Amino acid sequence: MTSPFETLALSRRTLLAGAGASLLLPAAARRAGAAPATGGTLVAVLDPEPAGLVAGLTISAPAVAVSANIFDGLVEYDEGFKLKPSLATSWETSADGTVITFRLRNDVTWHDGTPFTSADVAYSLLEVTKKVHPRGNAVFANLTAVDTPDPYTAVLRFSRPSPVVWAAFNGTETQILPKHLYEGTNPLTNPLNGKPIGTGAFVFKEWVKGERIVLERNPNYWDKGRPYLDRVVFRIIRDPASRAAALETGEAQYIPLNPVPLSDVARIKASKDLVVETRGFEGPAPMYFFDFNLRREPFGDIRVRQAFAHALNRKALAETVFYGLAKPAAGPVPSYQTQFFATDLPQYDYNIAKAEALLDAAGLKKGADGVRLRIGHIPSAYGEDYRRAGEYFKQALKRIGVEVTLRNYDLPTYIKVVFTEYDFDTHSAWYSAYPDPQIGVQRRYWSQAIKKGTPSSNASGIADPEIDAVIERIQTEGNVEKRNADIRELQRLAQVKLPSVNLLELTFYRAYSAKLSGIDLAPFGGYQSLKTVWVGA
Amino acid sequence: MARALQLPEGRVLRYLGLRVVQVVPTILAIVVLNFFFLRLAPGDLAEVMAGEAGSATPEYMAMLRQQFGLDEPLAIQFFKYMGQLFQLNLGYSFRNSMPVLDLILTRAPNTALLMLSSLVLAVALGILFGAISAQWRGRWPDGVLSAFSTIGFATPLFWVGLMLIVLFSVELRWLPAGGMRDLQQVHTGLAAVGDVALHMVLPVLSLAFFYIAIYTRLTRSAMLEVQELDFVRTARAKGIAPLPIAVRHVLRNALLPIVTMTGLQLGTLLSGSVVIETVFAWPGMGRLAFDAVFQRDINLLLGVLFFSSFLVIVSNLATDLVYALLDPRIDVP
Repeated sequence: MTSPFETLALSRRTLLAGAGASLLLPAAARRAGAAPATGGTLVAVLDPEPAGLVAGLTISAPAVAVSANIFDGLVEYDEGFKLKPSLATSWETSADGTVITFRLRNDVTWHDGTPFTSADVAYSLLEVTKKVHPRGNAVFANLTAVDTPDPYTAVLRFSRPSPVVWAAFNGTETQILPKHLYEGTNPLTNPLNGKPIGTGAFVFKEWVKGERIVLERNPNYWDKGRPYLDRVVFRIIRDPASRAAALETGEAQYIPLNPVPLSDVARIKASKDLVVETRGFEGPAPMYFFDFNLRREPFGDIRVRQAFAHALNRKALAETVFYGLAKPAAGPVPSYQTQFFATDLPQYDYNIAKAEALLDAAGLKKGADGVRLRIGHIPSAYGEDYRRAGEYFKQALKRIGVEVTLRNYDLPTYIKVVFTEYDFDTHSAWYSAYPDPQIGVQRRYWSQAIKKGTPSSNASGIADPEIDAVIERIQTEGNVEKRNADIRELQRLAQVKLPSVNLLELTFYRAYSAKLSGIDLAPFGGYQSLKTVWVGA
Repeated sequence: MARALQLPEGRVLRYLGLRVVQVVPTILAIVVLNFFFLRLAPGDLAEVMAGEAGSATPEYMAMLRQQFGLDEPLAIQFFKYMGQLFQLNLGYSFRNSMPVLDLILTRAPNTALLMLSSLVLAVALGILFGAISAQWRGRWPDGVLSAFSTIGFATPLFWVGLMLIVLFSVELRWLPAGGMRDLQQVHTGLAAVGDVALHMVLPVLSLAFFYIAIYTRLTRSAMLEVQELDFVRTARAKGIAPLPIAVRHVLRNALLPIVTMTGLQLGTLLSGSVVIETVFAWPGMGRLAFDAVFQRDINLLLGVLFFSSFLVIVSNLATDLVYALLDPRIDVP
């Protein structure tokens, strides 16, 4: 039997380059990543197929995973959430926090040869991000103008300080699009969305719907020497078991998102030819929670909500349903976002007796059949794991006399029932917390985020003046220290008022061939460009 | 067979004309029902796309709906759609940023390749196995083949596919685990054909597995039935050797139910191909339809349904004609 990765395709040139490198460098040095090898084709796997390849317009995880190779943002993040230059080389904020000035690279061209200028930045932020990005008009609500005093300076003017925008300037959230190709068209239906022209490390080659998306090395990329790969092919494989097979046979070498079922992760990890990487998702920051529908009785009673919180063993949930690829959440902000995370938040330990006492106190006595309450629960429809978690809730709540009927739906029905009709008693799901709580966390608690018909909005229906006040302070406070204090206060209120139980910090993961080097470990690494990746020996 | 071709040509043409006239209202009814039934499904494309994005503002969703034409009254949407259809325009798939017709035309040949190869394999092997079974009824070949067809009948398609992948791709590394072509090297000419053929082996085998079982059983029982008939006894009495009897007298007459089945099966093959296309990442139409359902891409789904109902009607028509060719006693009405 041959080794799984002997089939890893390398062009003849790469093989020669690889052979040359191996003569020059001791094996250990190569393994340490001393000299990136150039060339070769990387086959990556995507699921589902994106709606378009311009993530600034049709944003979804697979769209970003492809699009980040073709487009750049103004900045990137390093592994510690610190800003790094990308299309912008430097930036400064005015003393009152209402003006941000970006200095741009002057050696960047679009893939069609047109020079990149500040006009592209102005167009992208005002006409695309503010108008057609699903979150853009909220995040950039205070952006009033972008001045372009010269081709390489962009001056962003805000009506009030907006620290949140720093969490959205990266290329996986806000992309810079070519003004000369989009201006005067409807950006959403521009045919270029299917054959994009960007400034990124890879140039779009072809998209065979349902099968593959092919990108090729951009020889004129501004980040000299990069990318290392000649070609990246994204294959669309819908079946999880088949994705695992593609990885194990070496037909694919990189799966950035949801590569294999959780139950297969241990097997993939055990293979010496494969790597499972959990870093690179601290930016999207998936947080798993259990919502109460506060419009319905008895969930208006805080004691009932507390009882549920005490009845759910978050550690057991993480270890069984999520195979250890999760950890109990202490609040709505993930603990690894240390700049915002509040320690010493009120917690609800796993305690059945306490839970039962609380329910008794709330007047929900056990009937003759041992049942004190019958409710329905709708688990997130975004994957099997969340349905299995639903089974866990059913069992756990049975122990305190709550009988749960699970209602599983397909995705569109789920969105309709939970976010438009609010037809549920309890609901569990994960939302991205994103790198700033103002983007990802406040939407679960703010009364203004009760947006009928909008997925991932405030579904529990919490409308609390105290919480609203702190959220509105976070949005307008320019002083970072004061703002962080408010963010910590929001976390405390979320735990005390408990409109939803914060369950887990989910650990997303990537899987790839052990022959790959240079995988990006930054907070958005799972979605980021493959320009740093090369195929080693 | 030559006798069957003596059907007066005028009659065949008249018959075809009559059937085409019948087909038009059928297809129209299918389109109208599909259009209104599909709207009963909760949720729409805008919600799905906002869900994929992770979040959205209500303004963004309203903009999407306006874009997709979902903000107009249903009746207007319907008349617009019918108007398009009469110009053979199947509309635009917003989820795939591509006209529906283009999507179908790029994917349908892939599914056809898969389906027809499986069908040919299944019919050929099924008839062979069935004939062997009937010929040796009650003896060990019959036992082995009956066991095989029972297993084939009872095993879910996706499981067969996955097991073949585990054995031939992951363990033995003989065959690719999925996809339609090698994406790491670009093949041209004959090498490209060979590449696709190699990628077809496992999906075709998986899809054919179930149908081989069906045709084996069908052929066996049809042949056993015909064997009892008088003309077979006469042939035997005339001293014709067993093999020519089996092939020329029994099998030929046993083929009719198989033709019917094959005609009907074209429709079910399409649904089987959804599973196989998913497991083997085969870029076909079954998977296109399946995804369209869960993405509420109504335009695309309507197009695929329109297209496949057309195919089913055409294949039924073809079945009737083959029937007449096989058995001259059956008259074209």
